[in-house]
Amino acid sequence: MQSQATYNYKVVRQFAVMTVIWGIVGMLVGVIIAAQLVWPELNVIEFLSYGRLRPLHTNAVIFAFGGCALFATSYYSVQRTNHTTLFAPGLAAFTFWAWQLIIVLAAVSLPLGITSGKEYAELEWPIDILITVVWVSYAIVFFGTIGIRKTKHIYVSNWFFGSMIIAVALLHLGNSAAIPVNFFKSYSAYAGVQDAMMQWWYGHNAVGFFLTAGFLGMMYYFVPKQAGRPVYSYRLSVVHFWALIFTYMWAGPHHLHYTALPDWTSSIGMIFSLILLAPSWGGMINGIMTLSGAWHKLRDDPILKFMITSLSFYGMSTFEGPMMSIKTVNALSHYTDWTVGHVHSGALGWVAMISVGSIYYLLPRLFGKTEMYSTKLINVHFWLATLGTVLYIAALWISGVMQGLMWRATNADGTLTYAFVESVKASYPFWTIRVVGGVMFLTGMLLMAYNMFKTIGSGRAVDDAKVLEPAHAH
Amino acid sequence: MDFNITSDFVSGFWNMYVIVLVGVSILFCGWFLWIQGSVKYTPGDVTGHKWDETLEEYSNPLPNWWRWMYYITVLFAVVYLALYPGFGNMAGSFGWTMRGQYDAEMKAAEAQYGPKFSQFLKQDVMTVAKNQEAKEMGQRLFQTYCAQCHGGDAGGQPGFPNLKDGDWLWGGSPEKIKETITGGRMGIMTPKGVKPDMDAEQVKDVVHYARSLSGLTSDPVRAQRGGELFPQACAACHQADGKGLQAAGYPNLTDKVWLHGSSEAKQIEIVTKGMTNQMPAFGAFLGEAKIHLLTAYVWGLGGGVQPAAAAPAAAEAPAAAEAPAAEAAPAVEQK
Repeated sequence: MQSQATYNYKVVRQFAVMTVIWGIVGMLVGVIIAAQLVWPELNVIEFLSYGRLRPLHTNAVIFAFGGCALFATSYYSVQRTNHTTLFAPGLAAFTFWAWQLIIVLAAVSLPLGITSGKEYAELEWPIDILITVVWVSYAIVFFGTIGIRKTKHIYVSNWFFGSMIIAVALLHLGNSAAIPVNFFKSYSAYAGVQDAMMQWWYGHNAVGFFLTAGFLGMMYYFVPKQAGRPVYSYRLSVVHFWALIFTYMWAGPHHLHYTALPDWTSSIGMIFSLILLAPSWGGMINGIMTLSGAWHKLRDDPILKFMITSLSFYGMSTFEGPMMSIKTVNALSHYTDWTVGHVHSGALGWVAMISVGSIYYLLPRLFGKTEMYSTKLINVHFWLATLGTVLYIAALWISGVMQGLMWRATNADGTLTYAFVESVKASYPFWTIRVVGGVMFLTGMLLMAYNMFKTIGSGRAVDDAKVLEPAHAH
Repeated sequence: MDFNITSDFVSGFWNMYVIVLVGVSILFCGWFLWIQGSVKYTPGDVTGHKWDETLEEYSNPLPNWWRWMYYITVLFAVVYLALYPGFGNMAGSFGWTMRGQYDAEMKAAEAQYGPKFSQFLKQDVMTVAKNQEAKEMGQRLFQTYCAQCHGGDAGGQPGFPNLKDGDWLWGGSPEKIKETITGGRMGIMTPKGVKPDMDAEQVKDVVHYARSLSGLTSDPVRAQRGGELFPQACAACHQADGKGLQAAGYPNLTDKVWLHGSSEAKQIEIVTKGMTNQMPAFGAFLGEAKIHLLTAYVWGLGGGVQPAAAAPAAAEAPAAAEAPAAEAAPAVEQK
């Protein structure tokens, strides 16, 4: 039985399309800065130099690409799992346009060198305020929709999206506190090691909530949907949800081992990072085991391949992370390419792949089609993305461990065996491989955009789907 | 338990706050897992809820291996906090601190490597400069501490002096080089020299005069006008003849060395805005023995000057200084 109301797909369509567009932009900037490391002469003018483009890359892939993916998938799944249309549709439309404005402001201000200097939070205070307004609107739309739900129980994907929205609000307000000097410049409200601790409390939880909890919410909706199987274990989802959101909050200090941060803080960051291993793997187990009994679907469903591969990378990087948080391991890995490789096994392997899989699931449904224009192209995209990610992270594992070992190598008289510049020189081959991996990943995104526009172009004008009655009402 | 005060807590309250919060949080992780893990299950059944047509959940139990992995990490946390600092002010039974680890490693390194460096302290700089082993050790120190600015080949770069061309801002005798490394140097040129009322045209004029001193292209009319301004504006530091004063680090304007660039635009900018250039002090950081070796290495690069006091005895020494100068010759021309 269907009611007459329809789901609000318009805002989902907008965010889904922009996910692909910003993905291409952000990854293109990533490829450019990777190339600038290999060929420094590509730093032609200051506005497009490595130092200006690097924060643009991180902001674009995390908040433009990842952000649009989260908005699209959460707005879609919150309606479908609560059997109601979006609460405050005008506010939802506002979040789309204002989020795009924020992205454009970032794309202008960062190359101009306007930055607060805080990693992953470089945008200056007027933009920070705009982010706060959008985020509060997002919370009203999301929790409002849950508030008017037609089901008794709240589906697990909503727990994760909801925790992401609350935690990111907390992190953003805490870390971005600053004293403005003028419209384009502010100074952090914190000083010295406290500022560093705030920065990494924010930085690690941006990974933990924005890039993990949010995308786990995506996983809990789209993996069972695409696999056509029930979630493996309700109990596991309860335990790993609470344990994950509780423990992530403690892990930030592992970014500041062997610094001015006191020993006790550093130790606590390390032990909670290790405790975080099991809660993180809970999500991987639940996702991958959801497929048990349907493994054969992996043979010819490239969307499912994206999702399962993303869970594998998620499991790998959430094992690697706790290991790197151990002080003695960190003493070798910190400040090397190993960290950058670790981040990208999460960012490319997990975040981008689960988003790509979910958007491929969404696009036909949003534009009145039964499937994407070309399944073959999705398959090509899958292999480009997987091999690109593997090349990227393998190259940086090698260069990272190599750099760490070169920096600590000493001669018979205790002097350093290698000048710093020698470790840079030795890294060039691996940085070149990284560019190749990045170009492969970007090429996959371009195929996705082509596939998307062909799908949209061949679709008829569609009405939004009718809101379904909850199952118990049958 | 050993409560040694190694944290930066400003009161006992924060100590207890951290202990309670951390303790409760770790116990929470273990407790939550225990109560959730002891729920009875019927594997293979769904929970009975259904969303969006197809979304259901099995009521499978927590995987055992996963539960044990979780318990082990919680247990590890408890054991770690008993052994290492982390539980408020408690030092942990191993007494480990990162500062202590650093000090112990530095002490061990000093015991092992210290004599290798201090053996050369008994010899004067010029003798050390001839010693092949000392030269190699000095080069390794140079690559670690000096190459970032002065370049791997000591050839310098704009703003950072070439150390092998025989041109010295502060002097190239062993004592002067050692003084520079130990205490660092700070060179300051005030904007528009000591004649702050110069206008843009006059600045351009003195620049052309300075250019004429070393044979750079210059406008003779401007140079003549600049020459009239030079005694008031510049000579206090660069001296009346433009040759500077090494004892005070005032650069010689009559040679071909232009540390910050020889273009007219750059020189106008420097005269207009002034210039501050600094070399950091390494005395406390590297210690006497390593600085002695570095001094010998830099002195022996080809530009080293005989010590003033030792002039009579230095008759045979130039041979040592000339040999490296010969190999370094091509680089000198680049400046």
